[in-house]
Amino acid sequence: MLHDMKPEDIVGDFQEVTLALYGGLSRKILYTDIETPYPDGKLIVSTTDKEGVITHVNQSFIEMSGFGEEELIGAPHSILRHPDMPPAAFKDLWDTVNTGVKWQGFVKNLRKDGGYYWVKATVIPNVREGEVVGYTSVRRKPSRTKVEECIKLYPTLF
Amino acid sequence: MSYQFTVSPDFTPIHLSGWYIFNTWLQKQTDNAIHLEMYNDFQEQRDAIKNDNVDLIYANPFDAAMLVREKGFKPLVKSAGESDEAIIAVNAENHVEDVAHLEAGIRLAVTDDPDVRMMGMIMLEPGDLDESNIEVIPSDTYVIVAKHLLKNEADAGIFLAESYDELSKMIRRQLRVLVRSQISVIHHSLMIGPRLLDQREKIHDTLIQMNNDDKGRGVLESLGFEQWQTVDDEEMEFMIDLMDTLTM
Ligand SMILES: Cc1cc2nc3c(=O)[nH]c(=O)nc-3n(C[C@H](O)[C@H](O)[C@H](O)COP(=O)(O)O)c2cc1C
Repeated sequence: MLHDMKPEDIVGDFQEVTLALYGGLSRKILYTDIETPYPDGKLIVSTTDKEGVITHVNQSFIEMSGFGEEELIGAPHSILRHPDMPPAAFKDLWDTVNTGVKWQGFVKNLRKDGGYYWVKATVIPNVREGEVVGYTSVRRKPSRTKVEECIKLYPTLF
Repeated sequence: MSYQFTVSPDFTPIHLSGWYIFNTWLQKQTDNAIHLEMYNDFQEQRDAIKNDNVDLIYANPFDAAMLVREKGFKPLVKSAGESDEAIIAVNAENHVEDVAHLEAGIRLAVTDDPDVRMMGMIMLEPGDLDESNIEVIPSDTYVIVAKHLLKNEADAGIFLAESYDELSKMIRRQLRVLVRSQISVIHHSLMIGPRLLDQREKIHDTLIQMNNDDKGRGVLESLGFEQWQTVDDEEMEFMIDLMDTLTM
């Protein structure tokens, strides 16, 4: 389940937008201009089922997203969807992993407090006994140059 | 029938005799004839695996995918509570404060330990460094990586965190850590090959109980371990998937 974001969770001045998500879902997003820098030396890891519903997160995921583990497990991964991310990026992600191939890209993620953080993400299908049983995404600290390029490029992809 | 056991060539030299002691202990406990073969480098060891010469291996995480997915190996155990972590360090007099400020063209001292090198290179990515714009200074051991830094023959070095922590105080005082990984799910594992699989449970149980008697505890000590901890199939698959995302 995805709930609308609540003003009391937000830190700082925010803007409001309603995002249309996959499967006819829509969600009210409150977002700010506050960036949380990616911590050095850490990986942010999550696993989903075949539909993109979160089944596992590591401690860094919890710390960076600002959500508790109990809010994340069972939620669709679009819980981190930031309005500045072009839908084409996620279409490319799903089209790629659906063919059984790894996907890599730079993603701006939304925090529970309305802030954001940039990651370099790699998503891979989890194949067990020949069957895809889910997906794992591993994020690492992105290069600032690459992030600057995405900040210019992504608005042109809407 | 005699089996072959081998250890990832990146083991710390002070534990070499420990692996022989462990092998003797394991043979007695499980009633198997096991020969311990130490290969000089990763390539030699991989060739032996490809030729199906290996039955038991304390494997580098980098080789786990090949062992499981191509050679039918299964995980047994890992050293409890330990993981492989990497460090990027510089000479203490170097003014760089942040890895992201290391510049293209730097001389980077590295060993051929594949998982540590991979983790180290990932920590250099924020500064747009990759294999194409650094000069690699190959080093046989982590002590030599440190020496290259002290003599200013390298601008930065990649260390296995455990080996960095084992450097003498005097050396460490002359170095500075820019970043230490906190990945915690990448680790060496003891793995068992097809010819021994019918003994998997027996060997696993023997290892897990190893710290329950003085003799076993002494052997573990000579390896620098406290006790073994089970690695089940899914934990291994998860680590392999994770490594797979990092080698891209
Ligand atoms: C393993 C995995 C990890 C994902 N991680 C993220 C993420 O960190 N942030 C994000 O916005 N979308 C992520 N997605 C994509 C979402 O599932 C979703 O497609 C995206 O947020 C866009 O929402 P929509 O598909 O409902 O339009 C991930 C998908 C998978 C399979």
